Amino acid sequence: MALEESHVRRAAHLARLAVSDDQASGFVDDLSRILDMVDQLQSLDTEGVAPLSHPLDATQRLRADEVTETNQRDTFQHCAPAVENGLYLVPRVVE
Amino acid sequence: MHDKTVTQLAAALDSGELSCRELTSHFLQRIEKTDDQLNSFITVTAEQALIKADAADKARARGKAGKLTGIPLALKDIFCTQGVKTSCGSKMLDNFIAPYDATVVEKLSAAGTISLGKTNMDEFAMGSSNENSHYGAVKNPWDLSAVPGGSSGGSAAAVAAGLVPAAMGTDTGGSIRQPAAFCGITGLKPTYGRVSRYGMIAYASSLDQAGPMARTAEDCAHLMNVIAGHDVRDSTSVARGVPDYTETLNAPLSGLKIGLPTEYFGDGLDPEVEKAVRDAVKVYESLGASVRDVSLPHTHYAIPAYYVIAPAEASSNLSRFDGVRFGHRCDAPADLVDLYTRSRAEGFGEEVKRRILIGTHTLSEGFFDAYYTKAQQVRRLIRQDFLDAFEDVDVLMGPASPTPAFDLGAKKDPVSMYLQDIYTIAVNLAGIPGISVPAGFAGGRPVGLQILGTHFAEAQLLNVAHQFQQATDWHLQLPAFAEENA
Repeated sequence: MALEESHVRRAAHLARLAVSDDQASGFVDDLSRILDMVDQLQSLDTEGVAPLSHPLDATQRLRADEVTETNQRDTFQHCAPAVENGLYLVPRVVE
Repeated sequence: MHDKTVTQLAAALDSGELSCRELTSHFLQRIEKTDDQLNSFITVTAEQALIKADAADKARARGKAGKLTGIPLALKDIFCTQGVKTSCGSKMLDNFIAPYDATVVEKLSAAGTISLGKTNMDEFAMGSSNENSHYGAVKNPWDLSAVPGGSSGGSAAAVAAGLVPAAMGTDTGGSIRQPAAFCGITGLKPTYGRVSRYGMIAYASSLDQAGPMARTAEDCAHLMNVIAGHDVRDSTSVARGVPDYTETLNAPLSGLKIGLPTEYFGDGLDPEVEKAVRDAVKVYESLGASVRDVSLPHTHYAIPAYYVIAPAEASSNLSRFDGVRFGHRCDAPADLVDLYTRSRAEGFGEEVKRRILIGTHTLSEGFFDAYYTKAQQVRRLIRQDFLDAFEDVDVLMGPASPTPAFDLGAKKDPVSMYLQDIYTIAVNLAGIPGISVPAGFAGGRPVGLQILGTHFAEAQLLNVAHQFQQATDWHLQLPAFAEENA
């Protein structure tokens, strides 16, 4: 599973991470070395083994569908880069 | 005062030998005088600490003190602290003042401890040397040309140098145990779910755990009494009662069955480290324990499995840093995509970007099954290795790290850095607890003995570690740095 620049560019796009042309080739090298190391997993037979996503094999706890939080918008918007009338400001999306 | 343990300092406060103000001032002065050489703190909260120290003295005078009232400590800069900068070692959060306290922070404060500040760390907890911090590398107080380990390098260095008697760290692949080993202190990673992750900036949600770092297992037991327990605000925290971890510290060890995983004593292990660890095991035999070899056959798949799972979870957790609601925002974004891509590219360091990219790649269509599902299957096999071993033995022992602390700048290749985690990483995959205790020196730099137990066996681990610390004095040794800068 050789890693190509197209894979790195696709991952960068999915991760919304700007990657310049010079940086891209550096990442191809680094990530290829990491994937070479990771490919050792392929030599292990895992037929019939269930994936483990939680170390205690637990499931998500549920609670009653009741409102328990209070509105703390102003407190939490203190650290925002740009807000107005309680809304977060971003460059225009819809024309 | 700075060579004393939390337990000793608490006794000195109880007896009136010291006031809380004197104690906090002493450590603040040490930090001010010497931390420019170590770089272990990102933020020192001196004013707030002195106010709390005065309040602690008043509480003691009124007879309203708890065991730890007035004890200073430090918090890894990954824990949200209300009104105080919380950077996670990253430019991305350089401007972030947390609007709330993490559960661990709340609990430690309610117990009367006094935070002196936020310690340096590898950015977003990704690293094994504390060289990946936006705020510069941390130095090992035992040798300023060596790394303190990571990602909780600042916490480890600060405790080792006697700048604080204890600190909180976090451990996702070894980030408490390895820096504890490199800096000659004691560090415990609890069972997954034992300590709340609410307010602890997430790296890999199925692996992260907070834990205490101090000079002794006894100190760690006192801190565990405060921080462990169920928290409704963390749905992965376990609804299970918390024992008094200090109650069983002195239980005798005769009859203890110790397993030595053969895979942890193979190629790549520094011979001096091996000798220190095997000598430590002999001490346990003299205390009445029996020792046998065991096998953890899937050991060699732990690093590859971790470096799929952790970056994958990180790529998801770090997607919240988008320049919109908090953290770094780029100047003059041209459009929304530019806002996201440039804010993130400017805010994150190299290692973080590598892990986000690898994580995104292995989760993407066409690669998910071959990488992520495969790694999760391997994770189940790795966990089973430990559960099988614990059928035959009570605890496992081995080195915390294959070498003592390496030099700053020595490991430039990411993969060679990843291989440092060989003995610690499987522990997080399995969710079991692990502690590292000082066990000697190799090339003049500290060596850590790692002790592992089954899920929720922290009380036993602390007892086993404490008994070693009653029979040896490695944990009492301080680096020359701490004395030279007294």
